[in-house]
Amino acid sequence: MTGPPTTKPGRTRIVLADVARARRTTAELAQQSPVGDALLRGLIRTQLAHALRLSAVVAVGLGGLPLLFALAPGVAQARPFGASLPWLLLGLAAFPFLFGVGAMYVRLSERTEAEFTDLVEHPDR
Amino acid sequence: MPHSPYALPAIIAVTLVTVVIGAYGLRLARTTSDFLVASRSVSPRWNAAAISGEYLSAASFLGVAGLILKNGVDMLWYPVGFAAGYLALLLFVAAPLRRSGAFTLPDFCELRLGSAWLRKLSAAFVVFIGWLYLVPQFQGAGLTLQTVTGGPYLIGALLVAAVVTGNVALGGMRAVTFVQAFQYWLKLTALAVPILFLVLQWQADNRPELAPPAGATFAEVTTVHFDSSAVLTVSEPTTVTVSAAPVLLEPGRHEFTDGATVTFPAGAAVPTVDGTASGMGWLLPESGAGGLVASYSLIFATFLGTMGLPHVLVRFYTNPDGAAARRTTLVVLGLVGLFYLFPTLYGVLGRVYAPALMLTGNSDAVVLVLPGLALGPGVAGQLLGALVAAGAFAAFLSSASGLLTSVAGVLSTDVLGRGSASARSELASPAARSHAGSASARSELASPVARSHAGSASARSELASPAGRSHSGWVRDFRISAIVAGAVPFVLAMRVANLHVSLVVGLAFAVAASSFCPLLVLGIWWRGLTDLGAAAGLLAGGGGAVTAVLLTFLGRTGHGLVATLLSYPAAWTVPLAFAVMVGVSLATRRRKPGNVGLTMLRMHAPDALHL
Repeated sequence: MTGPPTTKPGRTRIVLADVARARRTTAELAQQSPVGDALLRGLIRTQLAHALRLSAVVAVGLGGLPLLFALAPGVAQARPFGASLPWLLLGLAAFPFLFGVGAMYVRLSERTEAEFTDLVEHPDR
Repeated sequence: MPHSPYALPAIIAVTLVTVVIGAYGLRLARTTSDFLVASRSVSPRWNAAAISGEYLSAASFLGVAGLILKNGVDMLWYPVGFAAGYLALLLFVAAPLRRSGAFTLPDFCELRLGSAWLRKLSAAFVVFIGWLYLVPQFQGAGLTLQTVTGGPYLIGALLVAAVVTGNVALGGMRAVTFVQAFQYWLKLTALAVPILFLVLQWQADNRPELAPPAGATFAEVTTVHFDSSAVLTVSEPTTVTVSAAPVLLEPGRHEFTDGATVTFPAGAAVPTVDGTASGMGWLLPESGAGGLVASYSLIFATFLGTMGLPHVLVRFYTNPDGAAARRTTLVVLGLVGLFYLFPTLYGVLGRVYAPALMLTGNSDAVVLVLPGLALGPGVAGQLLGALVAAGAFAAFLSSASGLLTSVAGVLSTDVLGRGSASARSELASPAARSHAGSASARSELASPVARSHAGSASARSELASPAGRSHSGWVRDFRISAIVAGAVPFVLAMRVANLHVSLVVGLAFAVAASSFCPLLVLGIWWRGLTDLGAAAGLLAGGGGAVTAVLLTFLGRTGHGLVATLLSYPAAWTVPLAFAVMVGVSLATRRRKPGNVGLTMLRMHAPDALHL
């Protein structure tokens, strides 16, 4: 969220207070206080948004193909590299595409969780 | 059809290795939790290979190639969807489900909605889906043994049913984990190595055209034996040999009766069979409204059905935490995608080397017979034929084991019901344990019958020490359940020998997508879900899909668009299930469980916080 956790110049960290604050935020979450609840809802919304956005990519990229082939038969008859385009797309390209979308989601969701953990454990950063 | 002398020894070897690895695992299976979740000591790489091994069933190994051989490019949605299902699982389910502590779908219902009767309803769906998915595994085993040895269909089905039931009943899931991981690599090898030789052979034969616009031709003299009567449409005058006498077939439709043997000359055009695509219809996507509905139904069913398959979800509990579950799913997506590159090639080369299969309706056998037909009667063809037969058997053994473990687990926990307390208190994470404990305490109060079955002393010791006395009783229940769970689909497989294995599996996906997909997605991401909403959605969507499946089995689907909507139900049952679940939940919003916030926190809070 705010880059690497470097100490800001001209400021002394009081470790005990820091720990206490982190405990307080964790407790806010565990006790479902309004603050904790808002934090959690934000996290869920972000993760769901990632998932929905990437589903939309697949829905258009793969799910659009039957419609495309039906509406534009010329596309279905194209033969790049001497092989039929629908066969190339569905028999070959679809699999690395799906894996790529999956890898993207793992990266996004892990980053979201790391940021959330950071926010809860070091709320003053 | 050429029989490879190595095929039977190869099949026996795979079966023996499966049993031996199972026995090795059996020594490690000490406690109840070993039985069901392999104690969570399975490393992610083993786990991903095991998930993939379990997932790649008869439908993937035999069925996909068979459908592509027969119907062409539209069938590619099966392998794409079978892989894409893991993406949907990764995006919406994997990490939260692992953190929830539920390890079966009924567990999820109880943890999320706190409802014991909803648990029972979902258990019924798990058993139905599991059986629907087990039938084609036994079917495929029968077909394989029939094809490679000429032996009876019954023996192959019986062999797989017996080995799998025994293995699951004795070893439980720990055994199965090693077996499954081994079988993924066996299956991949068994498809990838022969296809290398087949493609080289195709090159050496000067690359015969895969989809000639005028339709396929017989490369050499081909004898076709009809196991059931068939109507062939002949496009040009062809002189064939029937019972050693030449017969001239004029262009038009010709009926051949059950048991007829017809020999076609080399170079003759392959006649077409009703329901089989030919020429450009095979090469290009079908563009009519019926084709579109079928394609989109298939996309809905396979993309969304994977997350609702009982044997897939159980595996996620073997990941140590949510992040590991996500990474495991990604590896699975890669492994499964790699595998699906190969069945397509078998289907395509089958047009050149095994055209006779298109006439007999036996196209599911294309993977098994292609090496022998393309490479000729030499040792190479026989050895490769034996390798694919071994891979096919690995496919049935592994999928059937996973399915049987899940169905037996649900039967012993939710139907026999005696072992539920120990099963649940062990599956639950510490946070969930008190919840599960109270649930079982409630069910004990509610049903004195169940309690007297278990004996109150052992019931108490179950709660106190899960690995204690109750263990033997629980294991006995699990074993009885495994036998029941294996016997029912075996009997069904005897009756539906003629259905395409991929079509049956497609229907199982449709039921899963219309019942558990909305339940999981809404349960994980939406606080508003209520028990009544979930039940109504399960009954509307899942019930609709089940009805469509039964009508398809009985052959009562009618004609035109109605037939398409019943044979490919997911296009309407999935949206229906979502709509009903949301609508009824909104109408009954006062029934929202009080602990929904805590459940949400447990499912979504990052693992690093240790909440």
